[in-house]
Amino acid sequence: MLKDQDRIFKNLYNDMGSDVKSAQKRGDWVNTSELLAKGRDWIINEVKDSQLRGRGGAGFPTGLKWSFAPKEVGSRPHYLVINADESEPGTCKDRDILRFEPHKLIEGCLIASYAVQAHVCYIYIRGEYFIEGQKFQSAIDEAYEKNLIGKNAAGTGWDLDIYIHYGAGAYICGEETALLESIEGKKGQPRLKPPFPALIGLYGCPTIINNVETISVVPTILRKGGKWFASLGREKNTGTKIFCISGNVNTPCNVEEEMNIPLKELIEVHAGGVTGGWDNLQAVIPGGSSMPLIPKEKCETLTMDFDSLMAEKSGLGTAGIVVINKDQDIIKCMARIARFYKHESCGQCTPCREGSGWMWRMLERMAKGDATKDEVDMLGDVTNQIAGHTICAFGEGSSWPVQGLLRHFKKEIVKRNNLDPIVQKKNNIPYLVDQHLLEKKNA
Amino acid sequence: MSLRRPAKDQPETFEFSSSSMEEANKIVLKYPEGKQQSAVMALLYIAQKQNDNWIPLAAMKYIAKFLDMPYIKVYEVATFYTMYNLSPVGKYFVQVCTTTPCMIRGANKIVEACKEKISNKENELLNDKNCSWMEVECLGACVNAPMMQINDDYYEDLDKEKTIEILDKILKGEDPKPGSYRGRLNTEPENNRKTLMDVKNA
Repeated sequence: MLKDQDRIFKNLYNDMGSDVKSAQKRGDWVNTSELLAKGRDWIINEVKDSQLRGRGGAGFPTGLKWSFAPKEVGSRPHYLVINADESEPGTCKDRDILRFEPHKLIEGCLIASYAVQAHVCYIYIRGEYFIEGQKFQSAIDEAYEKNLIGKNAAGTGWDLDIYIHYGAGAYICGEETALLESIEGKKGQPRLKPPFPALIGLYGCPTIINNVETISVVPTILRKGGKWFASLGREKNTGTKIFCISGNVNTPCNVEEEMNIPLKELIEVHAGGVTGGWDNLQAVIPGGSSMPLIPKEKCETLTMDFDSLMAEKSGLGTAGIVVINKDQDIIKCMARIARFYKHESCGQCTPCREGSGWMWRMLERMAKGDATKDEVDMLGDVTNQIAGHTICAFGEGSSWPVQGLLRHFKKEIVKRNNLDPIVQKKNNIPYLVDQHLLEKKNA
Repeated sequence: MSLRRPAKDQPETFEFSSSSMEEANKIVLKYPEGKQQSAVMALLYIAQKQNDNWIPLAAMKYIAKFLDMPYIKVYEVATFYTMYNLSPVGKYFVQVCTTTPCMIRGANKIVEACKEKISNKENELLNDKNCSWMEVECLGACVNAPMMQINDDYYEDLDKEKTIEILDKILKGEDPKPGSYRGRLNTEPENNRKTLMDVKNA
């Protein structure tokens, strides 16, 4: 288990209060101006040394992303945008950061803005988190009052303004270009890439977009050094991560742990074990609903980081772990996830708009045992038609969980759905179109 | 995609009240000059708040004029995002999360409670327009599942009895206390905490 002194989010459960004074006691805002005085290159290099990867799902190296911002500010200003549109089922880590560690995020914004030369930072908070947004706004107000942001922020000579922009219940706005569209006051439909936002982003200006957790860990990395962060976890999967463990466990919780921690340890130690005991485990969704599920056999030895989950044909995603035990109907669970994606598809690309509803309808039938044998293969076919054929990653996100289900629980589906489309035995069904095929002489 | 339809009965006109106007003017300043269209989402929220939690078409036209943008663009935004209510909802607007993490912890019991206490049908207003409920997708409080949102507040760690208790309160016009209903501290593991013990005891 990670030592308490290595934890970044010491106020994860709000034992100490989230105001600026308590935050300063925890070490935030202590020597911010000294950190910035070391210069842009030092900051970016330190973040690169830490091998920090984005915490929003894709796991892109943060230092590398920052280095994509143009070195000189041209005629167009640079922007920093923080993605707090946390809507992935199974994930609720950013909510706690907004509520209880807002100053880690604000300080991170200042450092990141300086590194990418932005004077304005927008925080895109999902609309449902209105209370969290208000709490965060009061933290921003506090920071303005103490001159930690604003003109000559925290005595660094850098000007920074932070504004909150509320979303309004669209999951797709967590996709970075849809998020930019949404800030621009349009419907959140993703843009084609390239051009990438680092060059042409918000209002056509260079924009760096990062997840809340990514930015919040940066001040601590700079204080303790990139080497310290890199010493946790393993090569290319370094540092700590907030895991959200939900579903059929005895004590569901958020907990900050080292990367590469065994899944079993997370569930048994922090989440109090699977409801009904470890043997009652059926499957685990390791990284938010869009990552393929992992059956029990593999959960014994699985470690939680980007690369080891990739090797299992799944992914760490947002590290929202959903535990499903044997009391649940796995097909029903996945049908509900498919319904979520059907509801949240933005409707821009045809394969996703039509396919997500198709998958949902098929899975609902399969859960009831009303599907025919060949539909099982057709379902796999539909997922392949969606994944990789859409503008954004939503296509993959909606079809991966279904592919995971087919990979590991195909037997279960086939067992329940054994209707034969040609109905060899009950051949007196009048509405069956291909009945003539049953009589060999006509075939 | 979800089906979104404006209400049949629409008011003729809409105008910002003076306090809404003040708020709206402040919000436009957040964005660069000439990019006032960015404020459309926030302005729709303001209109919704002013108009008993729903947005009439007249408000969309008003906002379009206010921000100097085409009406259809405002209409697009208002119909795209699900948090803008296009028809009247209850004064207490109950939203129950039923996505998988909540579902496997018993969200259907909360739906049952809503059906018993409020209305058998989703989105149906009670006679006194006090309360309505609907199922929604993930609200992002999965480790506190099952949960529901009433207006802005989250009610977490629920079961059927506790939901009924909460619904009884709002039907009487009281405001129940938000947060966890098993008495745990935010998202900590209940009675099983192994981390940050020294700050807990401090």
